[in-house]
Amino acid sequence: MFKTNVKRIIKSGFFGFFRNGFVSLSSVLVMVITLSVIASVIFMSAILNSSLEEIRNKVDVNVYFFTTAQESDILALKKSIEKLPEVKQVEYVSAKEELENFKTRHENDQFTLQALDELSENPLGAKLNIKAKEPHQYEGIAAFLTGENIISRNGQSIVDNVNFPRNKTAIDKLSKIISSAQKLGFFFTLLLIIVSILITFNTIRLVIFISRDEISVMRLVGASALYIRGPFVVSGVLYGVLSGIFTLIIFYPLAIFFGSNFPSSDFDIGFNVLDYYISNFAQTFLIVMGSGIFIGAVSSYLAVKRYLKI
Amino acid sequence: MIYFDKVSKIYADNYVALENVTFSIEKNEFVSIVGQSGAGKTTLIKMLLAEDKPTLGKVFMESIDIHSLRAKAINNFRRKIGVVFQDFRLLPDKTVFENIAFAMEVAGRSDEEIQADVPHALALVDLGNKMWNFPRELSGGEKQRVAIARAIVNQPEILIADEPTGNLDPINTQEIVKVLKKINDLGTTVILTTHNKGVIDSLGKRVITMENGRIIRDDKEGKYVI
Repeated sequence: MFKTNVKRIIKSGFFGFFRNGFVSLSSVLVMVITLSVIASVIFMSAILNSSLEEIRNKVDVNVYFFTTAQESDILALKKSIEKLPEVKQVEYVSAKEELENFKTRHENDQFTLQALDELSENPLGAKLNIKAKEPHQYEGIAAFLTGENIISRNGQSIVDNVNFPRNKTAIDKLSKIISSAQKLGFFFTLLLIIVSILITFNTIRLVIFISRDEISVMRLVGASALYIRGPFVVSGVLYGVLSGIFTLIIFYPLAIFFGSNFPSSDFDIGFNVLDYYISNFAQTFLIVMGSGIFIGAVSSYLAVKRYLKI
Repeated sequence: MIYFDKVSKIYADNYVALENVTFSIEKNEFVSIVGQSGAGKTTLIKMLLAEDKPTLGKVFMESIDIHSLRAKAINNFRRKIGVVFQDFRLLPDKTVFENIAFAMEVAGRSDEEIQADVPHALALVDLGNKMWNFPRELSGGEKQRVAIARAIVNQPEILIADEPTGNLDPINTQEIVKVLKKINDLGTTVILTTHNKGVIDSLGKRVITMENGRIIRDDKEGKYVI
């Protein structure tokens, strides 16, 4: 009997959905808006995270060494810095590479290059480029670098200069911006999602309000609450599935438009909407479709409840 | 079979819809309840369907106090009663066949039984040819006959008809009364509420007359006297 009842409930849900075509279409359209908000939030947060990540990657602390510093001492220091929990990456640039980089940077500046040629020795020392996991951790790393642990075997300091104090204001500002952007993004996202879910819930409530007499008749012929609710929940799930499909279809041309008009190279944010849409399609599909089905089913379930009290 | 024991219903605004109502209905009886609008007929039916609870007194079906039943038992109890309303109350998005099948589905009947019994019920009310129409495609009399077919398809012990002819013309009214008599002859207890004098006088059955929430007459072969 259970199997028969499930079959009847599903069939009745489908019939109800298609026979109330106009009402169903309106609900689907409202839900498409809700799901579009959710999908936009996914894309916006991906863009925001990617941009923040890009900015973070541009920030580092550079440690310049005296020309007399031994490579083995520097590499030993590199190893001990890498052991710090807040350090993400340490890059060693030898004195020779630093000179090459300098020459490349000044290839149009003949005077500087000539002056450099006059010198018999390389005037530039090696350096370490250090990236922290979080921007606020640079201070701790800088403190480590100015401590006593960067002394060579003969007791002399090998560090010429650490550029953290110069970058400090910029890094502090960046830390604040990133943390505020994340907080604001979270609350804004939450607010948008709550508002759109409420709109969908109320639309479905209206749809079921139209059916309140029908529900009371079902009750009076002895239908159980589950048997009355079932078809409405099935219709709600159908709203969710169709809205999910429509939303994903709508977002494809949008992603193509944003992907081709705002390519990652122009904006330097390391993000292409179309690439993201395609490579994360499974995840986006699950979130959009899952949200649609969940909102549709739960809204219908709750909306029928108040008319079941006969 | 049915026993109202000193039933009173007083609403929150102190409006007395029923006052100390006591009567019983035997198996296979055809009972008409008459009275003007506001006399308490519909409240009485609501009590019998467990749609509303009495403020005082009890309503028994056999020996069971129906207002002490739990939700699931109320569903089962309602399946023993067929109800026909003045405004038909058909499910607008279901065909005639599906409307009747719905009552059988909730009673846990199999698909085979539904396929066999629905055409029979429709034949009894002479609507076999409208099986696949939607309610909006039927006349008032036809809608009421569908409602009657739905009410009797599970072979209920009792059929309650609450003002079934209120929205119908005289010809359709006589048709409906004929169908109700036929159902009663087949062994179902029928409770009819109406304020149609012609219907009551043509029946020649028991008549309970109500006024201001009280029973003022109970005649075995009554006429409409108000």
